[in-house]
Amino acid sequence: MLGNLAEFFGKGSNIAFFIFALFAIGGAVFMISFNRVVQMVTAMAFTFLSLAGLYVLLEAEFVAFVQVLIYAGAVTILMIFGIVMTRHDREEEVPRRPLHSVLLGLGSLALFVVIYIAIRQTAFPQGTFEAGEDNTLELGQLIFNQYVIPFELMSVLLTVAFIGAIILAKREED
Amino acid sequence: MVITPYLTLGAILFCIGLYGALSKKNAVIVLLSIELMLNASNLNLIAFARFGANPSLTGQIFSLFTITIAAAEVAVGIAILIMLFRNKGTADVNEMDSLKESQQQRPM
Repeated sequence: MLGNLAEFFGKGSNIAFFIFALFAIGGAVFMISFNRVVQMVTAMAFTFLSLAGLYVLLEAEFVAFVQVLIYAGAVTILMIFGIVMTRHDREEEVPRRPLHSVLLGLGSLALFVVIYIAIRQTAFPQGTFEAGEDNTLELGQLIFNQYVIPFELMSVLLTVAFIGAIILAKREED
Repeated sequence: MVITPYLTLGAILFCIGLYGALSKKNAVIVLLSIELMLNASNLNLIAFARFGANPSLTGQIFSLFTITIAAAEVAVGIAILIMLFRNKGTADVNEMDSLKESQQQRPM
């Protein structure tokens, strides 16, 4: 057991994975357990940043930077805007239905156990991964050749969504 | 390095997000928990793009599309929240029950 641990921590990428995973889970758990809403959003930004670190470990550099820009930047700021725009009690009060949250916790735990057992029992064949010269360049070539129609559809969807958001949030003038 | 730790981490994050989405009262935090679940699935996609049976960049492109969809979802979600807050004066998901039939009209 200890030998396994020493072997596990012998490699730098494993240590990096351990630290990033610890930060990600820690941020998520703090998000659940904090009482103040702004603290929750900050903990969540921590999780997003450490997930970006994990993406770098997985040699997906472009996705990692998109994660930092979109999630740790835009989504977090948007959430804080949402908190500012909606008045709320500073403290999230204790749940009135303790049985409900206990059952919920048990259900989530059971789901995790099921997924974990499934992961442990499945054999994942591992192909050989050849890292490209330039991750961003190859992603761009793939997006603009093979996946150009989904890409354009995505831009239409973003336009529609943002126009819809503006119209929804606009104050009526009457 | 194998894929199992990444999948386990994804499962942990997904379950925490599920718990948060179902137990929190503030609608902003519910949206945030949904983001956490989306992130967990993104982690799975990228892990399979690196360690799967057929590693390629397709998984990363898929996760980019997921991130885009998530951004659009957050924008529309926050807009709906602000609208609801303006009309009903609350950001508590327990009080967003306009579609629920009231107690008196329920057929016995």
